[in-house]
Amino acid sequence: MTPLTDTPFTVAGRAFSSRLLVGTGKYKDFTETGAAIAQSGAEIVTFAVRRTNLGQDADAPNLLDVVSPQRYTLLPNTAGCYNAKDAVRTCRLARELLDGHNLVKLEVLGDDHTLYPNVVETLKAAETLLADGFDVMVYTSDDPIVARELEAMGCCAIMPLGSLIGSGHGIQNPHNVRLIVEQSSVPVLVDAGIGTASDAAMAMELGCDGVLLNTAIAHARDPLRMANAMKLAVEAGRDAFLAGRMPRRQSADPSSPFAGRING
Amino acid sequence: MPTPNESIQLTLNGESHTLAAGLSAADLIEQLGLTGRRIAVEINEQIVPKSQLAQTHLANGDQIEVVHAIGGG
Repeated sequence: MTPLTDTPFTVAGRAFSSRLLVGTGKYKDFTETGAAIAQSGAEIVTFAVRRTNLGQDADAPNLLDVVSPQRYTLLPNTAGCYNAKDAVRTCRLARELLDGHNLVKLEVLGDDHTLYPNVVETLKAAETLLADGFDVMVYTSDDPIVARELEAMGCCAIMPLGSLIGSGHGIQNPHNVRLIVEQSSVPVLVDAGIGTASDAAMAMELGCDGVLLNTAIAHARDPLRMANAMKLAVEAGRDAFLAGRMPRRQSADPSSPFAGRING
Repeated sequence: MPTPNESIQLTLNGESHTLAAGLSAADLIEQLGLTGRRIAVEINEQIVPKSQLAQTHLANGDQIEVVHAIGGG
């Protein structure tokens, strides 16, 4: 039997075998964070940048002790930024934090009720970051025209939302995600809105190159079990996409032959 | 040059602080107990690379940010 093969997931010249990217927020503690991420099989892990709590125990554990830059490709994000300037400053701080590492997840949010991407500020920030040598994976709306602009500017991955960040509403407009996949030469990942394994599988069946999620694992009743489910769902969805699904039919089509029936 | 008795006022992570004059950014990081920790420092919206913390002198009115990695998606 010929072994099944796939091309690696490649972004900004780096190749990965896992197509699941995960966040590090909302876990009970760092132990659970580390265990869930290990179980998910993810190789790219995103984190946020925040002010250090001064005057507290300087020996307190650090996220990067659990999610080590030696083991994972770290993807600093600009979560919490509502304008281009803050997002650019955050990326530059992250690059300093990670000793020159230049792969970032850009997200510029519109308001704190929807956390919907502000595409005007996102475009501005992307332009500055690209000119400054960053590899920009960009969180955006599922608007194919905006996606095309971001790719033309030089972003290395387009990451449309499936639905609102943290909502778990899955992929609300699969047709738009499909349009973005069809037109893009850089990887497309659904980022935001994944609630359960079938949502992740759907993203991959639509032809996405990967899925980025956080809350679906962290807020599952059993995060480790859900991390495993997401790993399998991304693999299953990818295989289903590569296999090519059967055509849909309006009427039934028996799987057993008519010929040779005992009542024939 | 400031005398050792002089002090400067600056904003550190959004809060006002009074420090002795003549300190470097590296001195401040040491006072905060953060030497060797994985942090990044920005002064007046410009990154100060680790290699330059010792040569960077703090001035009255500086806006300083000290950040680290936290969980997020």
